[in-house]
Amino acid sequence: MKDISLRLAWRNLWRHGRRTWLTVGAMIFSNTLLVFSISLQFGSYEMMIDNSLQAYSGHLQLQHPRYLDEPKMRSALSDVAASAERLRAELGLTSISARAAGFVLASSDERSYGLQIFGVDAKHEPLVSTLPGLIEQGRYLAPGASAEIVIGSVLARNLKIEPGDELSFLGSGFDDSFAAGVVRVVGIFKSGIADLDRSMAQVNLGYFQDAFAMQQRGHSIVIRAPHIDAVEQLQTRVTTLLGDESKVALRHWDDLQPGLKQAIQADMTSAWFMYIVLIVLVAFSVLNTQLMSVLERTREFGTMMALGLKPSRLARLVILETGMMTGLGLLLGITLGALITWYVSQVGFSYPGMAEMAVKFNLPERMYPAISLISLTLGPGIVAFGSLLAAIYPALRLNRLLPIDAMRAV
Amino acid sequence: MAGFRLHLGTILVLSWRNLWRNHRRTYIMLGAISIGVWAMIFMTALMRGMVDDMLEQGIRNLPGHIQIQHPGFLDDPSVVNSIPEPAGELLSALNRAGAMRWATRIKLPAVIASERESRGINLVGVEPDAEADISGIPAQISAGRFLESNQDQGLVIGARLAQRLETRLGKRVVVMSQDPDNNISERGFRIVGIYRAEMPALEEFNVYAARDTLQELLKIDGLVSQIIIVDENYRDIDRLYRKLKQSIPASLEMKPWYEIDSYLAAMFNMMDGFVLVWVIIIFLALSFGLVNTLVMAIFERVHEIGLIQALGMRPALIVYQILLESLLLLLIGLGIGNSLAILTIKPLESGLDISMVAEGMAMMGASSTLYPSLTLYDMVLANTVVIILGILTSILPAWRAAKMDPVQALNTT
Repeated sequence: MKDISLRLAWRNLWRHGRRTWLTVGAMIFSNTLLVFSISLQFGSYEMMIDNSLQAYSGHLQLQHPRYLDEPKMRSALSDVAASAERLRAELGLTSISARAAGFVLASSDERSYGLQIFGVDAKHEPLVSTLPGLIEQGRYLAPGASAEIVIGSVLARNLKIEPGDELSFLGSGFDDSFAAGVVRVVGIFKSGIADLDRSMAQVNLGYFQDAFAMQQRGHSIVIRAPHIDAVEQLQTRVTTLLGDESKVALRHWDDLQPGLKQAIQADMTSAWFMYIVLIVLVAFSVLNTQLMSVLERTREFGTMMALGLKPSRLARLVILETGMMTGLGLLLGITLGALITWYVSQVGFSYPGMAEMAVKFNLPERMYPAISLISLTLGPGIVAFGSLLAAIYPALRLNRLLPIDAMRAV
Repeated sequence: MAGFRLHLGTILVLSWRNLWRNHRRTYIMLGAISIGVWAMIFMTALMRGMVDDMLEQGIRNLPGHIQIQHPGFLDDPSVVNSIPEPAGELLSALNRAGAMRWATRIKLPAVIASERESRGINLVGVEPDAEADISGIPAQISAGRFLESNQDQGLVIGARLAQRLETRLGKRVVVMSQDPDNNISERGFRIVGIYRAEMPALEEFNVYAARDTLQELLKIDGLVSQIIIVDENYRDIDRLYRKLKQSIPASLEMKPWYEIDSYLAAMFNMMDGFVLVWVIIIFLALSFGLVNTLVMAIFERVHEIGLIQALGMRPALIVYQILLESLLLLLIGLGIGNSLAILTIKPLESGLDISMVAEGMAMMGASSTLYPSLTLYDMVLANTVVIILGILTSILPAWRAAKMDPVQALNTT
């Protein structure tokens, strides 16, 4: 029984080979496009998140509860270095590092600029952030409390200084006293992220705490998860460890960089609007084909019904035909899409003007799509679903068919 | 010629009637074309609105459509790279060029400190009269007033900066910056106005003072950082640019906005490309259905086409008839699609609230309200692409129909 239905459906499809191919063609076109652009989207989101978080903010941060909204010197955590050490031991994770942050006016011989200065743990900082690895000239900070500083490349250019030069700074300390000092520039980093390169500098945490009269205080403990997927789990563990500690708040990267997630959401929304339009157009194409194919077979269906076939069986036949067409479109579309996407993932993708835009989102000049099971099947799956949905109306019409009238139809 | 016109009338009627012989198929195809065209125009209007907003925000922040400055200033925005206030030939050229507005300004990195906090800022010394046209800040004052004269002693800061500094209107803050000898000049200012900007980051960054007051503070009498020129429309500044170019001394550098900010330029240039790609993708998705419809329509009428050919209708007329059928279908679809687009965009023109993703939009340089922008250019583009490509894709099925052998065609049932 089943076998006959299958064979009937398959043969019916090829009674109008051109029509079937045109409909399947619409599916292949959309599926290929969807596979490519969804993979490209996923690839760029992943890169955007990784680049932005790894450069500096990390996946999770422990902060004073008020620090997120009011990043002020006074919103500090006590004993940051010791707390970070404890966390490392309890979580069995080394990529945890303490920081303190302040704002100073820095002067070289020729220039003065305001800059964001961070006190970091030189030993653990390279494990949570990519900045220490992006030193372009000189070296990164050496662990200890010596008076040395690394600064961003744009800042170095603006201040007209090089490694070996001295920089004096002036700011206000934790107790509103003057915080001043002279530090030697040991390295210059270049992250490609404009904000960081233009206005950031790092010194050793111990030196920072002395200069700003912070005692053992600091402003954040940065945690970098081994992988972005491990963040939620890590978050739960840290929350449990914290217990009902009210002086510390655990911040997820969503909170630390709200723009990132929202930019992705905005992009997703507009992309899905386009995808849905494509999918609806394919569904119309299927509806058209199947309705025509049902109408032109009115007589044939009448005969089959007169021979005792139930309308539901005929309806299943129409759905089966659509299913086959969809399957063909799915298979060919995914294959073609995967091939194109794979090729592009090897050579990268770029269009004129993309480089200028990419910088804004911490992306490289070329984008590489990320092929995954989801990116391959999500779009085509919805196309298939929409196509089957579109076949329901033609199939249901069969229930209204009266064998006598149908057999008389031309 | 008269004969041809007669034929045209006849085949028009034929095409029209043929279209409605299988009205279900025509309705479905019209549905597809209408949705496709609606999506083309609707999406384009949203994107266009967003990009326009980004460009306007971005240019206001630069600010200006054209800037004149020291050649080293953009790279090294220091007080050392100042220029003299325009005088002599440059002054008369600026006045002659016919720009909507021009003004000088000082723009320097500085530090602002309240009793509690200090921050790095961008200290801007302005000619207050011109600011409404240049940065639009006077219209964004939420408390107090904007600066009133070039000698105003007050300071205008953003609401977020005030919050960060734990200060408010009427309080005093200290501003520090470098003078040309790399000495730190500082003085107290009273906050006379608080502004709110579309971009939160700017609110924290830009601080406004009167130009002459800053000149005095930094000991740079008669010097400014930039000359800002604003015209009616940022899209169309090349003529003004060329006019001014002749009078700019070699010691100064003049740049249009699209050379100053490459991100804005990329957005501006990409938009047209994006619209075209989007329109073509939608059209391609439609084209399968269009060809399918024509192929089916021809298939049903093989017998009939054979008959009229046998009766002496020339193949060319058959091609015209089928192309006309396709054109009618496209035109009705376009009519519905365009109307739908206009009907859905008009109510949104007062602004679409997208503050849910405000910070994401800020990252792109756009504000949290989206104003769709329906332009004639985009509508004409979408309609032209659909008609031209639509006719082109219809040629093959039409040609095949006309090429049929009448005898064979008559024998098919």
